Amino acid sequence: MMAGYALMLPVLTPIVAACVVLLHDGPRWRRGVMLGTSIFLVAVATWLLIIADGGAYRVYRLGDWPVPIGIVLVLDRLSAAMLLLSAIVGVLGAWRASDGTDRAAPHFHTLYLLQLAGLNGAFLAGDLFNLFVFFELLLIASYALVVYGSTTPRLRAGVHYVVLNLAGSSLFLVAIGVLYGVAGSLNLADLAVRIAAAPASDTALLRSGALLLLVVFALKAAAAPLSFWLPGAYTAAAPAVAALFAIMTKVGVYAIIRTGTLLFGSEAGAVANVYAPWLTGAAVATIAVGALAAFGATSVVRMVAALLVVSVGTMLCAVALFTEQALAAALFYLVHSTLAAAAMFLVAGMVPTRESTRVTTGTLFTIGALAIAGVPPLAGFLGKALILQATPPDARGLWIWSAVLGSSALAVIALARVGMASFWEVATVQELHDEAPIRTRPSSGYPAGGALLVIILLTVFAGPAGDYSRRTAQQLVTENGYVQAVLSTQGGR
Amino acid sequence: MNLLVAVVIGVLMGCGVLLLLRARIFPVLLGIMLVGYAVNLFLLASGRLGNTAPPIITEGGGPYADPLPQALVLTAIVIGFGMLALLVAIALKARQATGTDHVDGAEPREQGR
Repeated sequence: MMAGYALMLPVLTPIVAACVVLLHDGPRWRRGVMLGTSIFLVAVATWLLIIADGGAYRVYRLGDWPVPIGIVLVLDRLSAAMLLLSAIVGVLGAWRASDGTDRAAPHFHTLYLLQLAGLNGAFLAGDLFNLFVFFELLLIASYALVVYGSTTPRLRAGVHYVVLNLAGSSLFLVAIGVLYGVAGSLNLADLAVRIAAAPASDTALLRSGALLLLVVFALKAAAAPLSFWLPGAYTAAAPAVAALFAIMTKVGVYAIIRTGTLLFGSEAGAVANVYAPWLTGAAVATIAVGALAAFGATSVVRMVAALLVVSVGTMLCAVALFTEQALAAALFYLVHSTLAAAAMFLVAGMVPTRESTRVTTGTLFTIGALAIAGVPPLAGFLGKALILQATPPDARGLWIWSAVLGSSALAVIALARVGMASFWEVATVQELHDEAPIRTRPSSGYPAGGALLVIILLTVFAGPAGDYSRRTAQQLVTENGYVQAVLSTQGGR
Repeated sequence: MNLLVAVVIGVLMGCGVLLLLRARIFPVLLGIMLVGYAVNLFLLASGRLGNTAPPIITEGGGPYADPLPQALVLTAIVIGFGMLALLVAIALKARQATGTDHVDGAEPREQGR
């Protein structure tokens, strides 16, 4: 039973800590609480991962209400992996923020912790409306974090970011309204049963609801043509914040995987696999747009943001196939690319650097570049190879192969170009330094180094990690498991 | 009544999207507000429209209105209001920092290149 209550920890701890932070005004206290909480979350997420790897679904019913009526939190292998990933990225961001970023304006720590709570909640939510509520929680914290410090470029990017996401939230509510109106439930498991049993006359409405959901999640994931907000917002944000935001696009990907397998999976009758035809095209377009943007980027941060878009496209290519093998590959690549993007945002924040730290920064940049481009010897290469392996040899496969391989080549060239201009002062790219981030202290290399260390660890332990993603994919494609586990948690009143 | 509600939602949504596409921040704010109203009405309508059933289960059974959409709308209104207030604050700050109310934070150039 302890494991049941443990599902509340990743959500409740950061919210409580966000309040505790406000009790005392000293920077040491606030940083201590922020860092302590993020490290605690890593421990909790590791524990939950071990529990989830047992194979059984853990369901926690809030207030002990019976299932389709009350709110449930559900833990499976996918949510556990996402929780651990967000906790690790959370520690790295908090570590980086503790060297001065958090002094630019009040309440950084509270906002940061609330964002973590929103992320964790979104990964655990067992019904559509709570997914919306946790999305809003993480978004409202992220709005404040984007414009944090109120510099002009941040405010400029912030207005676009907020307006776009508010429009997205409205669409999300419309989609929820459509699905509730047709199926009469919001609990994901209950919804899956009802959608599969829906009469033929409701097919059109169900399809519209499903595709509206896809639009909303694609906006969060930054899939083309809804990806153009990302480089502006992430470039303007502080490096620590941008590193945390590397996980935010993955909330969109997570939601696409969750709803695409559970609600609109192969057993969903008339709306089975309704995402697939749209998603492949969008994913290939995302890769193309991102790779070209990386090639034309005028600063290191902007290039990293563009490569983040490429990595989202790459994993969506695999997700769009919705087979067990492809989902496993996508999940493995998701973990790696999130860490790589976070590491590169941290490195990019150090680039206009003093003579004495140039070697350090250059080394970190090189390792990070290998990671984010997905070339050997780091794990990103394995992820891409798994994705290509899972692609069937048909017309769709041809597009995916060309996009993934072509974007890798473009990414390597773009990274080499920017690296040379930044560290060898060839400086053919005059504007490279025009978006100089806030000044850094030597210590700020450590979080970036830590991120790269995690990537190296992931490469060393690629075997167990790959096995875990395979087991996760297996769990995802057997939709009945989720439905039965949630709906059978009745009684006990 | 169904037709009336549908028309109202459509008009509100249409006006909202039109305003959302303007280049000045104040019309955009109004647009987000109108879209929010349309969405809230739509959510309410997703529980089926009617004016005879009470929103509570009576002892003898009998018909009752679906209480869930009302709870959803209440949550959506609160969240929407908070978000709008935050957007107003950010827009005001941006106006002070950039000296313009254009959504790009800069006046467009007089002629195309």
